[in-house]
Amino acid sequence: MATGVTAPGVVQVRVPGRSVRHDLRAIKIVLHRELLRFVNDRTRMVSTLVQPVLWLFVMGTGLSTLIAGGARQGVDFRTFMYPGVIAMTVITTAMFSAGSIVWDREFGFLREMLVAPVGRGSIVIGKCLGGGIVATAQGVIILALAGLVHVPYSPTLILTLLGEMFLASVTITAFGVSLAARMKNMQSFFGIMQMAIMPMIFLSGAVFPLANLPGWLALLTKINPLTYAVDPMRHAVFSHLSVSPQVVDALNPGVHWFGWHVPVGVELGIVALMGVALLGVAIAQFRRTE
Amino acid sequence: MTTSEAPAVAVRGLRKSYGTLEAVKGVEFDVRPGEVFGFLGPNGAGKTTTISMLCTLVKPTGGSALVAGHDVVRERDEVRRNIGLVFQDPTLDGYLSAEQNLRFHAELYGVPRDVVGERIKQVLEMVALWDRREAKVNTFSGGMKRRLEIARGLLHSPRVLFLDEPTVGLDPQTRSAIWGYINKLRHTEDITIFMTTHYMDEAEYCDRIAIIDHGEIVVIDSPEKLKAGVGKDRVQIQTADDETAIAALKERFALDAAVHEGMVTFAVASGEAFVPRLFSDLGVPIRSVSVSRPSLDDVFMNYTGSTIRDADGESGASAIMRARARR
Repeated sequence: MATGVTAPGVVQVRVPGRSVRHDLRAIKIVLHRELLRFVNDRTRMVSTLVQPVLWLFVMGTGLSTLIAGGARQGVDFRTFMYPGVIAMTVITTAMFSAGSIVWDREFGFLREMLVAPVGRGSIVIGKCLGGGIVATAQGVIILALAGLVHVPYSPTLILTLLGEMFLASVTITAFGVSLAARMKNMQSFFGIMQMAIMPMIFLSGAVFPLANLPGWLALLTKINPLTYAVDPMRHAVFSHLSVSPQVVDALNPGVHWFGWHVPVGVELGIVALMGVALLGVAIAQFRRTE
Repeated sequence: MTTSEAPAVAVRGLRKSYGTLEAVKGVEFDVRPGEVFGFLGPNGAGKTTTISMLCTLVKPTGGSALVAGHDVVRERDEVRRNIGLVFQDPTLDGYLSAEQNLRFHAELYGVPRDVVGERIKQVLEMVALWDRREAKVNTFSGGMKRRLEIARGLLHSPRVLFLDEPTVGLDPQTRSAIWGYINKLRHTEDITIFMTTHYMDEAEYCDRIAIIDHGEIVVIDSPEKLKAGVGKDRVQIQTADDETAIAALKERFALDAAVHEGMVTFAVASGEAFVPRLFSDLGVPIRSVSVSRPSLDDVFMNYTGSTIRDADGESGASAIMRARARR
């Protein structure tokens, strides 16, 4: 490349060719921006907390008066709700992070990213990891409330939940990004998001136990991918409670395929696989834009 | 200014169709290294489509384009690494500070870490925003945002800087400030500037301009040569009786005149030499006379048959209006 004469003192930058290191830098800066945006946006942090707190302390308390006796023995209904509420928080936050892509498009910043000499993959991966970290950070606040619903502050439980939260939130962000990739305005994204997320949360075992359900409902919960993200969290919480086996059977029945109790490892594997697949979809969707 | 002989931008038969609409109909031109090259045309003439193809944002339907020696289709990333872009619409993150926006860009373009800080300082100082580096971009005025975008476009020392209507929507003071930066750029950086505009007065700053209309390049040359090519000067006279004067001009000199801005206006070759004849032969008392060299407006009119403002209005109106206007 020919170099021209530049005025003295001018810093002439040579941009190196494409490399893995360059792609990693791109992933890191997209991720970094997600975190900056989250830290700068207090209102968003507070508003995404209102919903789970409502679920846990208003719905949870209200419902617990309904469900007297039976399965409830020895376990506060809010303790049952707790892992579900963590899942809900993480999901909503992750979806919000994904939705910011639509926002970026509306305000033009997406263009700055799309014209850069980096692969679209780096941008999507950075966005999803960023969304994952932000959602996990939001979940940490719910983790801090554990004591209020009789869940012990055990280091192994906290670490397990953190890992599961991160996995779930990256997957959900990837799902959100694949939806958001082609959307032109925020309203339609939120419309679609509500339509997709509400049924998925209802059918995931986040708000009611997956035991003794009618056949059709049981089937729907089994094909709902979110079920496999919520169940490991509930399993982790229940393994740190001292409750009778009957209670565990009723409130933490696990997921069964034709009588086979699906192990937590397999469930997490399903979530991870789906995360990778959705990431692929999101990247493919992005390659097709513009 | 530069040692490289190859053109900074080389375009051959470049076309773009959207369905049946041919937005760009096979344009050809070279941009020399180090020059400021302007694309002048009304809205909808194909300026933005062309610039988008050169920036690898839109895939051409046909033809080829090399930017900084790289093919815009086959070597997309190479092209992107060598160009800076300033769009019509802002593409900044308003929630980040000016400096954070630039850091983001530096990382995304892989600017070597050891020079990032220094380079950011340099480009921010150039556009006089160094003092505001920590302020959120949301607090910036339109002109400041545009300046920041220019700084960002330069951050990775591109070979070619593309500016799509860089001063549209800005007040005259900010516009001239931005032109000040662009002129300074030519002296401090080894760079070629490709810009689009529909402001005639701004096209004057370019080394060469291409007039584009209905997806085709009508003419390419320096503003001076284009104006000289028009050949005629604009003469405006104030008379005691305009109507008689117009009739007399038609009859005695075979010139078509009309009243513009309250003065009888017509175009004639070597206007200054014509003035003495005018005084002796017109037969109508003349109160004042002014002769002006052709402007780019006249050039545009000469090549496209309409003023750029007329053309802007046309492209904004519906097809029915267009048909009516032709009638």
